[in-house]
Amino acid sequence: MHTNKKNNVDRRSFMKTSLLASGGILFGFNLIKAVNPESLLTDAVSNLNYQDFNAFIKIALNGKVTIFSPNPEIGQGVKTSMPMLIAEELDVAWKDVTVAQGKLDTKNYTRQVAGGSQSIRFAWLPLRQTGATARAMLVQAAATKWGVSIASCQTKNGFVIHSSGKKIGYGDLVVEAAKLEIPTNVTLKKTKDFNIIGQDIKNVDSSKITEGKPLFGIDFKTPGMLYTSVIRPPAFGQKLLNFESAEAKKIKGVIDVIRFGDKIAVIGESTWLCFLGKKAITANWSSNSTLENTEKQDEDLITLLEGGSIKGVKLKTVRMDGDLETAFSKVDRVIERTYEAPFLPHNTMEPMNFYANVTADKIHLVGPIQTPEGSANRVAKLLKRSPDEVLLEMTRMGGGFGRRLKNDFVLEVAEISSIIQKPVKLIFSREDDMTAGFYRPKVKYRFKAGLKNGKIAAYHIKEAAIGGNINKSRANFFPAGSVKNYKVEVAKLRSKVTTMAWRAPISNFLGCAEQTFLDEVSEELKIDPIQLRIDLLNAADSSDNRMEYSPKRMLEVIKMVKEKSNWRNAPKGTFQGFSAYYSHNTHVAEIAEVVVKEGMPVVTKVYCVVDCGIVVNPLGAKNQMQGGVIDGIGHAMYGDLDLKNGTPQSSNYDRYRLIRMSETPQVETYFIDSDEAPTGLGEPTLPPAAAAVANAIKAAMGIRLRKQPFIKNWELNIS
Amino acid sequence: MGVFKLRINNKIHTVDVDDSTPLLWVLRDSLDLVGTKYGCGIGQCGACTVHLNGYATRSCLLTVAMVGDSAITTIEGLSENNNHPVQEAWNKLDVAQCGYCQAGQIMTASAFLEQNKNPSSEDVRMAMHGNICRCAAYNRIEEAVVSAAEKMKSNS
Ligand code: FES
Ligand code: FES
Repeated sequence: MHTNKKNNVDRRSFMKTSLLASGGILFGFNLIKAVNPESLLTDAVSNLNYQDFNAFIKIALNGKVTIFSPNPEIGQGVKTSMPMLIAEELDVAWKDVTVAQGKLDTKNYTRQVAGGSQSIRFAWLPLRQTGATARAMLVQAAATKWGVSIASCQTKNGFVIHSSGKKIGYGDLVVEAAKLEIPTNVTLKKTKDFNIIGQDIKNVDSSKITEGKPLFGIDFKTPGMLYTSVIRPPAFGQKLLNFESAEAKKIKGVIDVIRFGDKIAVIGESTWLCFLGKKAITANWSSNSTLENTEKQDEDLITLLEGGSIKGVKLKTVRMDGDLETAFSKVDRVIERTYEAPFLPHNTMEPMNFYANVTADKIHLVGPIQTPEGSANRVAKLLKRSPDEVLLEMTRMGGGFGRRLKNDFVLEVAEISSIIQKPVKLIFSREDDMTAGFYRPKVKYRFKAGLKNGKIAAYHIKEAAIGGNINKSRANFFPAGSVKNYKVEVAKLRSKVTTMAWRAPISNFLGCAEQTFLDEVSEELKIDPIQLRIDLLNAADSSDNRMEYSPKRMLEVIKMVKEKSNWRNAPKGTFQGFSAYYSHNTHVAEIAEVVVKEGMPVVTKVYCVVDCGIVVNPLGAKNQMQGGVIDGIGHAMYGDLDLKNGTPQSSNYDRYRLIRMSETPQVETYFIDSDEAPTGLGEPTLPPAAAAVANAIKAAMGIRLRKQPFIKNWELNIS
Repeated sequence: MGVFKLRINNKIHTVDVDDSTPLLWVLRDSLDLVGTKYGCGIGQCGACTVHLNGYATRSCLLTVAMVGDSAITTIEGLSENNNHPVQEAWNKLDVAQCGYCQAGQIMTASAFLEQNKNPSSEDVRMAMHGNICRCAAYNRIEEAVVSAAEKMKSNS
């Protein structure tokens, strides 16, 4: 099990204090440097440019605290949970804290990162140390003022309290505190003393969302800004030959139609006029290679799984333990199954969009992006400008799921603005968004287990995919280390279709395949599926230091979900399916309940138990867990994207089915009590969900689903 | 192109746009009322829901020319101080994840609860069926609609 190394960064190098004109104090710190223990820190405070700071704690004379966080929200609650860590150690009451979006730094855009599942794990120590450092300075200021020892002072809710009972508010100490040296050694609170961490804290932007305030990239505007929408090649691998735009240009309010690369941009006075303009354009496309079809891709992937070679690609080994061949030759029985998943678009509710204003002296970019540094650098390179001239601001994001790690749309809008020399906002229509690529990899797995004396003696995973593959780290997930003879092989099929990480990368379908397979193995062995996992975990080789999960923590989530769900004692007509999966350093076990209505399965309930270490904000955490489970089920049931002649066959929600409220189960959430540092929660509840449902459907209907989507054309998709 | 007088959130707005422009884009691009969101443009996701004479309506399908003198309410005009019972329930239960779909969810829920004062949980699930939440915050949304319904009942 990998744990966090103790983070011993020197706080002097990433903190700075200054007195404000208003009389308050500002503690500046470099959030990104602080949360990234690998980055080099400057030694002397005096050498630090103030621009190096991108997050601040402001304490006003009235004691009110403002935490400026540069981390934009993507839907995982980091804009709330990260400041909670600071406020906890600063020892202020949460009601006295305001969280503000930090003003983005013009020079140091490169330091901005957007939070994902892992943010809280990396921020856990540094952000607490930051709060604790500020607190220590306030205590020191009080002790000096009173002429008492630091040891005789405590803090609570924004006050320093002396053992004699006298107390003073933080606001009254800021002037003195600002003059002090920044201490390097601070003590962090003990878990049992937490007042804010572990409390239900509401999302700091909640009220702005319910009032419809402009928060998202798509809401951003500047005076005189134009709109643009782009026609891209309809099929993967196509090139633009020529196009006719006279009709489009006749539309009043359509300002221009330009070609850039193999794309056509319509520029207009409103989004709608750009959409109208696009419809009025006829374009001719060509291709000098064969356009791909789903059927052919399926065949090729199977060829790879069977050991064949396609365009020089074959299976290659990622991890191998023991002697697989000998082990398989000695087993009583072999079970081998294939599991398949299609491409999936991310389908963030807010379609891709970005603003650019490219002028002679600077490049201003604004919008929802998770990789600002890479984006700004690539824009600079594309336009042959210096990265110093680029100012990139991030907005709240209407979902990411991996899509906003890609910066294709930032490059597009920058290029368009540089051509038309005007501020312009690029908006993808839903059709553009769904057909532009960067999908979840299309993947097939073949699992093979050799069974001997009621146990798994050999275990072989083969993966063929378009896009991402099982990497070294994932090959070390369960059941690696629990089975002596173990092998993982992968092959990556070349394709023109672009792929990208998708919520819980790789795990999202590997979890489904593996946990379905183990259910099939337990049927074959005629043992309880939960017992099979328990036996495997108990057999885990604790000396295997590559193992990336904790058998002990896994056993605990399994035990709890079994209890909570009343496993095997569901009411008549309700059938249960079990699944457990580790990803993003979090252990999760789930049991889904299914009933059959009019010949179709309906998921009514899911019990979900996680061990994600200390739960920073249970209110937000439960929402994340429920979302992950329902998202996992929705995409497993309905998510599909076929290609015909290189062209995606679904382009909007009429032909692409997303789960809706009337199809969602109630998700009951439970946490393991823990003192361990927090781990990710935005993703890990997704991978086990699909298999829990597939296993419950098997129990309910006797039908084994091995292919996503489970429901295709309104029928069960039986392979 | 045409000049249209629209009654939105109890104010008259005049816009000069192409007749075919959906109300959605008039709100967003001409009037700076960006709380109403674009999700699909074909009536499938509900992100663009507004009230037309009190009824939940997809503003992406309603052209500006079709609005006439109907009264439009957008999320910005749902209440004076973010205190419609539905908004209050949303804030109390901390519903939003990314938040993008939520204005549409709130507009659908608030119109529905005007029509059905005593909804069963099945009624709620069916009424909200047209609104997609890609973050899948559905459990919370459902809870919030039920909680708002109770609040509205006890208020009346
Ligand atoms: S944008 Fe109108 S229903 Fe989706
Ligand atoms: S909260 Fe993100 S789409 Fe609903």
